Amino acid sequence: MATTPLTLKELSKKEGLLTSGHRMCAGCGAPIVVKMVLLAAEGPIVAANATGCLEVSTCISDYTAWKIPWIHNAFENAAATLSGVETMYRSLKKQGKISKDIKFIAFGGDGGTYDIGFQSLSGAMERGHDMLYICYDNGAYMNTGIQRSSATPFGADTTTCPAGSVIPGKTQQRKNLTKIMAAHDIPYAAQASPSHWMDLVKKVKKALSIEGPKFMNILSPCNRGWRSRTDDAITLSRLGVETCYWPLYEIENGVTKVTFKPKEKKPLVDFLKPQGRFKHLFAPENEWMLKKFQEAVDKEWESLLKASGNEQP
Amino acid sequence: MKLKGWKKVTPGAVCTVAGSALEFKTGSWRAFRPRWIEENCIQCLFCWMYCPDMAVNVKDGKMVGFNYDYCKGCGICALECPGKKGKKAIVMEEEGK
Amino acid sequence: MAKVVAVTGNEAVAEALRQVNPDVSSAYPITPATDIMQRFTSFVSNGKVKTEMILVESEHSAMSGCIGASAAGGRVMTATSSQGLALMWEELFIASGTRLPIVMALVNRALSAPLNIHGDHSDGMGARDCGWIQLWSENAQEAYDNTIQAFRIAEHLDIRLPAMVCLDGFIISHSIERIEYMEDDKVQNFVGEFKNLNPLLDLDHPVSYGPLILPDYYMEYRRAHAEVMSKVPNIVLDVASEFEKISGRKYGLFEAYRLEDAEIGIVILNSAAGTTKDVIDLFREKGIKAGLLKPRLYRPFPYEEIGNALKHLKAVCVLDRADAFGGSYGPLFIDIAASLYPHKNGPVLFNKIYGLGGRDYLPEHAELVLNELAEVAKTGKVKTIKEYIAVRE
Repeated sequence: MATTPLTLKELSKKEGLLTSGHRMCAGCGAPIVVKMVLLAAEGPIVAANATGCLEVSTCISDYTAWKIPWIHNAFENAAATLSGVETMYRSLKKQGKISKDIKFIAFGGDGGTYDIGFQSLSGAMERGHDMLYICYDNGAYMNTGIQRSSATPFGADTTTCPAGSVIPGKTQQRKNLTKIMAAHDIPYAAQASPSHWMDLVKKVKKALSIEGPKFMNILSPCNRGWRSRTDDAITLSRLGVETCYWPLYEIENGVTKVTFKPKEKKPLVDFLKPQGRFKHLFAPENEWMLKKFQEAVDKEWESLLKASGNEQP
Repeated sequence: MKLKGWKKVTPGAVCTVAGSALEFKTGSWRAFRPRWIEENCIQCLFCWMYCPDMAVNVKDGKMVGFNYDYCKGCGICALECPGKKGKKAIVMEEEGK
Repeated sequence: MAKVVAVTGNEAVAEALRQVNPDVSSAYPITPATDIMQRFTSFVSNGKVKTEMILVESEHSAMSGCIGASAAGGRVMTATSSQGLALMWEELFIASGTRLPIVMALVNRALSAPLNIHGDHSDGMGARDCGWIQLWSENAQEAYDNTIQAFRIAEHLDIRLPAMVCLDGFIISHSIERIEYMEDDKVQNFVGEFKNLNPLLDLDHPVSYGPLILPDYYMEYRRAHAEVMSKVPNIVLDVASEFEKISGRKYGLFEAYRLEDAEIGIVILNSAAGTTKDVIDLFREKGIKAGLLKPRLYRPFPYEEIGNALKHLKAVCVLDRADAFGGSYGPLFIDIAASLYPHKNGPVLFNKIYGLGGRDYLPEHAELVLNELAEVAKTGKVKTIKEYIAVRE
């Protein structure tokens, strides 16, 4: 199969597999992520989707934005559902009833992946199904109205951990899901960001070329939940990467590689400042939170650099 | 779309027409409208890649305009547009003005 | 030639599943259903079936995997009990609403709390209105036969609904009985090739499964589901008559035992029907016109047919192996009462709750009930409409 050269010019000639007419909010990061993922695929794809923004907005009544076979079952079971689809594929292929090679991709938000769908995901990865699970991580239960998830960043104001006079937003750090998935000893786990499209597309291509369970965590800005502008999804995700809030790396067969190292690591506040969900952190009494958050980001970044044999002097 | 009666609905609510969402026009959501200024366009195609609504028309690998049937006017294209010599090739303008 | 064997109910169901040879099974162990999948996976490991197993990490994932596999396009089965069924709860509705013909053996067991692994009908009754077909089985033979027929019913192109085959935990699942197995090719011919309907793996016709349906359509989908349910009884009868031709065993929507000329009757599900029939024979010998009705197709419930079968009786006692808390009466009683509602001069009804959590149901219990029925038939009066039997005060 001919592979499309990795230029936007060539990619733009491919058929889009997620169409216009979906009902995601203006400026949402998730359809950009999905578009990039599907552009990276070369052969037939069958997708599963956890309940969430992406799911309810892309398939309503007779209107589906998917040009590929797609299944939504429930919130917590995209991985288990796709396990079923993939297993039927293997069964029918063995019986000679299907000849084509098909790749399987599951999409879930952070709620459906980090939290309620975590068991289903862990099980599917452990069983070794040939699938790529993509988490589009917007850091809260955005579909139900911006409630805290275990992916919500430290300090963030959400509708269930609102920044109040006693409790200043979320008091815990995020669950480090990418590393947890890598700890399943799956052949490939990675983090990507739509701002760095080529890095994202390359990672998806690599993941799809590997047989077995793969996991990618992709930053997906949500202007409603992040209390930001409708036009800044890409700018914010870029800042997420450049501040090392959202490091770009991959863990392939246990080997960690940082795939993008900012020339100059920007201070975390550059990422936080444009987002209304962190507004209260800039009040003088919450300075300690900014410090604590920055320390957590630094610690993770340093651990990644160390793991990738890339320690800064 | 005319609403069907219960005898006509698909078993299990399966959607059998792939990409039928194209029948649902989201352009009316727009408060701001992107305008393409061709002379400032360097054909980087960032607008195409970053558009959440697949509303940037591309022909033979070149940006040729917007699909206003679907563009929700988020403005990502305008913000990400590098333009030429500091001049943007996409600007956002208020609808109806 | 049919083979006569001495096997447990679980073994019989596993054998039926081996003969049907589904494409995929996704399952999680739970007592007392575990044994079915243990036996089945040994068929898989030894190449006796083509089935691909998904050994998931929970029952929720078991049913999710079945849904994915069934939507993908192929024959799918699983088995569970009690808490497992309860954990599948959400997925049961999704399987039926998506019209996926998954077949599941439900080895009936009590629900926690308090924790109890023994047989009663709380699990199946809790799931009676989730849009699945339910076939209930008195013994290992019926469990075997119902399992085979369930595939034909569920997969029928006019139906396409998931089906549960219920059998009593331990009492049937773990007791050895004499039953008849059919030949493999007979079963396979009977079940036939799986026919696809909008399979997800059809790349030439990409479909989307599981859309969001708003108030403008949700009711139409529910109405369509109700319509399909109404078609089930006739298909069940068609399949039964075909099955009779190859097995010699006759099935209907329910079993009516000495009911035609009866004056009093017991309505009861599953294994306890066997015990009750023996006691009814004793009462008949004494000249008391007793009979029994044992529902087989419990969902959809054949209200009209059952109403007609019971309307001539003077008194009927419904024995429930589950309670419907707050519903006042046991679930089977409520259905029987509803089926007799159109018949103004129908029998006097009362309800006993028995056998919960594996409590023995003995001939003496049936005897007590029949004596009370005889009395009620005479007086036309019921002392207590609903009460627990064989319970300590």
